[in-house]
Amino acid sequence: MQWSIETRNLRRTFRDRPVRRLFRRAVGTPVPDKVALDSVNVTVRPGELFGLLGPNGAGKTTIIKILSTLLLPSAGEALVDGIDVAKDPDSVRRRVNMVSGGEHSGYGILTVRETIWMFSQFYGVPTKVAKKRADAMIERLNLTESADTKTSKLSTGMRQKMNIIRGFVTDPKILFLDEPTLGLDVGIAREVRAFVSEWISEHPERTVLLTTHYMAEADSMCDRVAIIDQGRVLACDTPANLKRDLAPDCVYQIEVPLWTETISPLDQMPVVRSVAMEHRGDQGRTHLRVILEEEGGIASVTDRLAKRGARVLSMTRLEPSLEDAFLNLVGHGLSSGNGENGAR
Amino acid sequence: MRTYLITNLRAIWGRAYVRVVGANREPSWLFFEVALPLLASFSFALIYRGMGAPEQYVGFVVVSGAMIAFWQNILWSMAAQFYWEKEMGNLELYLMAPISRMSILMGMAVGGLFMTAIRATLILLIGTWVFGVTYQVSSWLLLTGVFVLTMGAVYGLGMLSSSLFMLFGREAWHTANLFQEPVYFATGFYFPVRALGDLGAMLASAIPLTLGLDAIRQLIFSGKPVNPLFTVRTEMLLLVVATIFFNWAALRALRFMENLGKQSGRLTLKGQ
Repeated sequence: MQWSIETRNLRRTFRDRPVRRLFRRAVGTPVPDKVALDSVNVTVRPGELFGLLGPNGAGKTTIIKILSTLLLPSAGEALVDGIDVAKDPDSVRRRVNMVSGGEHSGYGILTVRETIWMFSQFYGVPTKVAKKRADAMIERLNLTESADTKTSKLSTGMRQKMNIIRGFVTDPKILFLDEPTLGLDVGIAREVRAFVSEWISEHPERTVLLTTHYMAEADSMCDRVAIIDQGRVLACDTPANLKRDLAPDCVYQIEVPLWTETISPLDQMPVVRSVAMEHRGDQGRTHLRVILEEEGGIASVTDRLAKRGARVLSMTRLEPSLEDAFLNLVGHGLSSGNGENGAR
Repeated sequence: MRTYLITNLRAIWGRAYVRVVGANREPSWLFFEVALPLLASFSFALIYRGMGAPEQYVGFVVVSGAMIAFWQNILWSMAAQFYWEKEMGNLELYLMAPISRMSILMGMAVGGLFMTAIRATLILLIGTWVFGVTYQVSSWLLLTGVFVLTMGAVYGLGMLSSSLFMLFGREAWHTANLFQEPVYFATGFYFPVRALGDLGAMLASAIPLTLGLDAIRQLIFSGKPVNPLFTVRTEMLLLVVATIFFNWAALRALRFMENLGKQSGRLTLKGQ
């Protein structure tokens, strides 16, 4: 089978600049290379909307930069449409495009339509075709009123819609979306997600690789998800299968008054597999999401909380979510943004 | 091959469009790009006149004022563009597009020519009118040839510099600023470069604009003593060599620096 994207033992390290490295070695404080990716093996089928889910600094953007020919691997291979990105980057570039979250591409003096047209020219799209595609996408993303506005006057949401169109207008065989809904409000994030999902269903031969740290975004959009942390892929499966691996009775949400301690008193209990904590300062409460080794462990958890002076205000047994699958694999939750951004 | 060529031509036009549109939408550039540079030319012209220097020296200054516009557009603006594009977030989109990096630079330079040609023409017209400069062109054909060759060589030098900006960003920007005034001086913008002495003039001729400017002066002030560096034909030959060398070196350097950037991870790193 010809994979759309394939990485084989992909590794990427970053090192200090040569002068700084020499200086640090000379003063006896050498800094080891930073490992951004370590033996990453991922395969993506044609037509798939594939997600890379992980916290900031997990290595998601590094993978995208390698696949989009902006960065070379330190070891291993990365293939896009069967082509090695290091050996034949020109052929890869004809097949791909990329949109990043929070991107400020283009020039403020151009309008939205002109910006989209300009970037389409770098892919050789004839002007007529580019304008026709752009108009259709502008209408679909409700950007018509801003289409002739200078991009310097656009809001963040409008700008990101334009960026999305910029990526899709070249009709790439494989599209990389790097945190495409980062910093967007709920409504616009939903529009962007709907647009991407519709595009892939209308173009079943195209492939989308999406990176995100929004759990619910990965859950609702992706055919398969790779969970990545500290440069390593910890699991890769459909969201349903990742969730199924957790016993349905073992996930609890416990609400206690604002908990100022660390999670270690709970985390170190043998019955507890992992714990995530979320403070709700405005309500004076803390939500603990606890995954247990076995159902019976919940009593000892509440006992431990009571001994620590934390009165249980409420306790709910939950259906496992992708967040729980992540928590189970990584051992900690995402620092921010779990399921935010209207992704439910 | 044909598709690749068409794609690159479209890319050149796409990138050039920004500058053409920009010039029309923000006409304030006319003040900054025409009125202010005129002041420098006027200062030198007035000094020469006050000293009672030969009249053609005032002409040198007016012609140089026009040529500086091309020099700035091609070398400083185009070369530094990769630094600004990196900071703005455009560079990575350019580099992952299936086009030659030279097309982006060419688009930038071609688009800039629209503004530059207006600037140069206005400086030439106003300077000529104010100081009553008269020209005597010995050969329009040679003059056009020298101008085109000078632009070709300077363009190659600009692309060569842009490879440094691609990787080193702010460091390259500071270095370029450091060299700006010495280069203006060594090029002999406001005086015959022979005034630097034989050795100084020889060294300065490594900058293609020095040769171009010297040849242009010889051709448009025909019959008047201009204290030339070499004959026009020798300077044209040297400009052909410089054009080929700088463009070849630029192509190699762009590839080398891009590869280096991809290895080190600095290619798209902002704020460095």
